[in-house]
Amino acid sequence: MLSRIAESLFWIGRYLERAEDTCRIVEVHLQLLLEDPLVNQEESATTLLSVMGSPVVETPDTAEVLRALCYDGASPSSIAAALGGAREAGRRARETISIEMWEAINTTWNSVKGGRLQRMRPASAFKHVRERCAVISGTADQTMSHDEGWHFLTLGRSVERIDMTARMISTAAVTAGTSAWANVLRGCGAHHAFIRTYGGVTTDRDAAEFLLLDRLFPRSVVYTLHAAEVALNELDQHVRRVGFDDEAQRLLGTTRSELEYCPVDQILENLPKRMVGLQRICAQVSEAVTSRYFTGAEAASWQEGN
Amino acid sequence: MTALFEGYVGTSLAYDEVVGPAGVRDAYSGLLRRFARMDLDDVRSRAEYLKSTYTDQGVTFDIGGEERPFPLDIIPRVILAGEWAELEVGVAQRVQAIEAFLADVYGEGRVFRDKVIPRKVVVTSPHYHREMAHLTPPNGVRCHVAGIDLVRDENGQFRVLEDNVRVPSGVSYVMTNRRVMFQALPEVANRYRISPVEGYPLQLLAALRAAAPSGISDPVVVVLTPGVYNSAYFEHALLARMMGVELVEGRDLVCHNGRVSIRTTQGLRPVHVIYRRVDDGFLDPAQFQADSLLGCAGLLTAMRAGNVAIANAVGNGVADDKLVYTYMPDLIRYYLGEEPKLSSVDSWRLEEPAHREEVMDRLDELVLKPVDGSGGKGIVIGPKACRRELDDLRAKISHDPRGWIAQPVVQLSTVPTMIDGKAKPRHVDLRPFAVNKGGGNVYVLPGGLTRVALSEGELIVNSSQGGGSKDTWVLAGAKAVPKPIKVSVGIPESVPMVELGDEKIQQQQAQQQQQQRSVAHGYCHSRVDRPHHLEVPPASLLEPPAPRVADAEVRPC
Repeated sequence: MLSRIAESLFWIGRYLERAEDTCRIVEVHLQLLLEDPLVNQEESATTLLSVMGSPVVETPDTAEVLRALCYDGASPSSIAAALGGAREAGRRARETISIEMWEAINTTWNSVKGGRLQRMRPASAFKHVRERCAVISGTADQTMSHDEGWHFLTLGRSVERIDMTARMISTAAVTAGTSAWANVLRGCGAHHAFIRTYGGVTTDRDAAEFLLLDRLFPRSVVYTLHAAEVALNELDQHVRRVGFDDEAQRLLGTTRSELEYCPVDQILENLPKRMVGLQRICAQVSEAVTSRYFTGAEAASWQEGN
Repeated sequence: MTALFEGYVGTSLAYDEVVGPAGVRDAYSGLLRRFARMDLDDVRSRAEYLKSTYTDQGVTFDIGGEERPFPLDIIPRVILAGEWAELEVGVAQRVQAIEAFLADVYGEGRVFRDKVIPRKVVVTSPHYHREMAHLTPPNGVRCHVAGIDLVRDENGQFRVLEDNVRVPSGVSYVMTNRRVMFQALPEVANRYRISPVEGYPLQLLAALRAAAPSGISDPVVVVLTPGVYNSAYFEHALLARMMGVELVEGRDLVCHNGRVSIRTTQGLRPVHVIYRRVDDGFLDPAQFQADSLLGCAGLLTAMRAGNVAIANAVGNGVADDKLVYTYMPDLIRYYLGEEPKLSSVDSWRLEEPAHREEVMDRLDELVLKPVDGSGGKGIVIGPKACRRELDDLRAKISHDPRGWIAQPVVQLSTVPTMIDGKAKPRHVDLRPFAVNKGGGNVYVLPGGLTRVALSEGELIVNSSQGGGSKDTWVLAGAKAVPKPIKVSVGIPESVPMVELGDEKIQQQQAQQQQQQRSVAHGYCHSRVDRPHHLEVPPASLLEPPAPRVADAEVRPC
């Protein structure tokens, strides 16, 4: 498979997941503001924007959050930009991704571009984006061969999911509101699964444990780390007798083991810092994958580049 | 006023909660201002949103076997903190009195000896179950959940219309209404400090766990539903889901040796507390209706053996019998030694000859209610009934005077409700929900379900009679709220997100979206320029640099 195409697929996975998760994060944020009128709007907007790595303006309000994280295509952390990115990456890989998947991506982009997302009621817009992302990934799973390309797609999705889940957990860890964790669970689509697993009487600790360590819930950090490892393993086909030579695999493996074998209390002790650590790992993994699998394209275009 | 409220006046007879003699009442002035900023089409589209969301989410109510979206009005009902505080205390008082009454009726019967209420009234109630005599539930609680229906009379005073301590329903709509209303009116909702309702399932779960047989440290709680065809099935599922417990039907339960279990793929699993949404008569075919398929034979035996708790307790219906309702103020004084904090509606007991005589001539002015009806069934509103209905009624009453009470027509208060794009006064009631955790600890869900009769002048608000609902906002008082707490413990760090550093992509995007002058470098770097502790090189170095535009365009896309 061409490196360039592989890279596109990796980024389709990342951008789609970014769009979906951003949408979930903003939804949680708005819900929190509504439910608890004591929450300082400006402060929590600042928190959110900085968690999302978006430039923080002075005295941000909800409108600014929506602009920067949802509507504004020129703001790199926005849903619009992520969906645009997915669509452009899709365009470059059109001959590889299935027709149905391309159509799903393109329809999604058409439905949000040019301020269309902004014209929907926020609640409907979030639902729309979530559903469209589910349609795309469902279509991809069902209409693409589960070959190399598909593994890159899964890898991209998983890396992004780990990163975004970490950001989501960061928001809960720094919010004093009583319903912060419930909302983060809801944001991860995990509330139902969580209540069914732990019953109705739960603590914040249970929630953090579930989102980080659950082995069966597909958006938990450990599950997703494992999914990324599996994808990398499939990509690296040669028989391995000792260790791992792949940097990305090493990073993911150590991170997962560290989480899984660490006593829960220790993990929770310094949650915000750990979450930043996770985000860092994701950046490193992405870098490692890029230099191992995609650099061919870089070298080729470098000579022609500006 | 806005187009929605243009020309809105209450009705001449009833108390209007929005407009008083001196203009708009305090509670609503802010709300009306917010609505004034929306044009009518906007309000309409929001109302449409409520409906379509309920259809999508399956928030439905079964009427005659047809699932319909539960009607929710776009205009919320507002209750001030001060008003609510009184209601809360009144409802809790009522629940305590009912508990004491039930304990006494099924226990030593002091209340009969002291001649507060005739024994005859109680034992002739169809819901009096002598099977329950001298059975004390583990924590003494019989009404784990109570729904006390309140109305506001012509003077705006809240009165209790009836008590529901068997299987009161409707609480799920309180929660779903709130959620969807906040989505439909975010900019209105976040101007207020509205007491949250999300906590209800956990309060209920706490009450159910507290009711577990003694010696069980981690009780297994289940919700028992009659099944998917029950009109309130949605509620049963929602409560079970939010409490994280199993929703079971009668056939999922097994009783053996005085113990109850549920059938699971892993074999039988013991059950300790059953929150049942099945009527007494169907609960245990071995004790009550033998042909019932909704319950489980042996349930009562297990309860008697002290191995399982049933909530609400069997036999509670004797307390919400409408004839007993007429004694409730006396019962409150008798058991609690306090004056009732909520007044009742005056009533005539038709089994007393003097009362009966008085009522029989005035049937056309009064409301007549069957004592064990629920859901507004069988109620006859005198002024609206035709001659034949009244004659039928008279015959029924003479035949069974114990079965009826009479009340004056209470003009329920009105709240504007959107009907065909205009706000019209419609009659409402309020059902607050109380959860009794035992030990004098009664939680009253702030607000409760406001039901609204959708046709003009209609006084029966029940959902089963085509009523709608309103989200009920209890505004937290200024006093109750401490100074704003600091929410965040510092701005968290984060790692900047990297992007597919192909500037070509971003150029295209920028062109398509905004026709902005912003060049790829502009925002590509804005993100990585921010100081951060991790040395992530700028995206442009991390990712392959861009091919020339001309070159990219000839690539296959």
